Amino acid sequence: MRLTLKVWRQKNKSDKGGFETYQLNNVDTHASFLEMMDVLNEQLIEENKIPVAFDHDCREGICGACSMVINGRPHGPLKGTTTCQLHMRHFNDGETVTIEPFRANAFPVLKDLVVDRTSFERIQQAGGYVSIGTGSAPEANNIPINKNDSDKAFDAAACIGCGACVAACKNGSAMLFVGAKVSQYALLPQGHPERNERVLNMVAVMDEEGFGGCTNTGACEAECPKEISVANIMRLNREYISAKLSVEKE
Amino acid sequence: MNWFSKFLTSTVGRKVVMSLTGLFLISFLLVHCSINALMFLNDGGLFFNEAAHFMATNILIRTIEIFLFLFLIIHILQSVAITRQNMKARTISYSGTSSTATSKWYSRSMGILGSLILVFLVIHLKDFFISSRFTDHLGLDNNGTPDMYSEVKEAFQNPAYAMIYIFSMIVLAYHLLHGFQSAFRSLGIYHKKYTPVIEFLGIAFSIIVPAVFAAMPIYFLLKK
Repeated sequence: MRLTLKVWRQKNKSDKGGFETYQLNNVDTHASFLEMMDVLNEQLIEENKIPVAFDHDCREGICGACSMVINGRPHGPLKGTTTCQLHMRHFNDGETVTIEPFRANAFPVLKDLVVDRTSFERIQQAGGYVSIGTGSAPEANNIPINKNDSDKAFDAAACIGCGACVAACKNGSAMLFVGAKVSQYALLPQGHPERNERVLNMVAVMDEEGFGGCTNTGACEAECPKEISVANIMRLNREYISAKLSVEKE
Repeated sequence: MNWFSKFLTSTVGRKVVMSLTGLFLISFLLVHCSINALMFLNDGGLFFNEAAHFMATNILIRTIEIFLFLFLIIHILQSVAITRQNMKARTISYSGTSSTATSKWYSRSMGILGSLILVFLVIHLKDFFISSRFTDHLGLDNNGTPDMYSEVKEAFQNPAYAMIYIFSMIVLAYHLLHGFQSAFRSLGIYHKKYTPVIEFLGIAFSIIVPAVFAAMPIYFLLKK
């Protein structure tokens, strides 16, 4: 198939950047979106041009490295799919595809389609963990956990931290991500001793990093490649309100 | 109280304030709408006038009214703060086809819808609230009660004025359609059993209440 690509090119963080148009004449419909980008880059190298920089790692839909906004939608038009798992058969012959980086001021563009998502890591460092030595795997039935809760915790833990929720949100809000990270611990007994400090610290860093607030449009859930539920945002609100009211000293 | 001011300025806390003040305004709408519905009784507005007079003079209602204005102002100021913060979080928008497929237009337009409601409120308060409360040009009805009914009737028999009202009620309906259920979400209330009930009530409220308000100008226009 033939494709016209409108790709965002930006030399570095301070460059203004702009769209460049490229023509690809022989795109394999079985290729993944990133493989198509590889083909584009080979073509650019042959033409002595600088290839397009983009993030990728596992290419199996589990690492959360790939990003890109394809035709206005983070990770492209397919539901519950990362860019690396999106295949070219979902596009039409002769189509013009617009490719942009994730847009949020907390995710500054470093080069072309690569954005700096370390703000997510700083949120995680503020409390997205359990600070006890867990040792080796314990006896499974030592701590009984309700199946419904363990399922919900597992669903929340499926978040790969790619940032599509932020990219999709008109407010650049990170609440789906933070909600998922808070929820996966709030739902399990191992997370309970630190639940109040966790949510207070993570929200504080989230706000410091310049993410916007949630206005419940639901765009994040619709674009999330792991289909994380907005119920996690409600749980974040609940955890935050209850922590604020119950903690004696912040 | 440092923790409290920090709470009020956090992204979660700001939404809690929006939610609580919004829910109070929703409860006000229900009262306002119920009293206005008395105009549809075929008694020349006698019962409505009595109710309106009670609402304007009762000490308890007058006290709640102070809170109503206070909460309305907080709701507006907080929305300005939230909008500014959210606009700062994303200064560049996408040039590809927009993601209209993933969220409802009115959920993304609460600020615009709210601003239109504010314009409406200014007109509404000037014409009905201030004129009835702070001037004494209202006549008396057959029972000797200030005749608010005739004031309303006269205003709504102007088609242009009626149109502004009907349009504003459509705007209000969309604002409520998102706001009602969003208020509960911002408070962290989300449950498989109760959320569908809240969503149903939200849709019913957003249609019925503005419809009753919009029915008044239509009623008086047809009566003309």
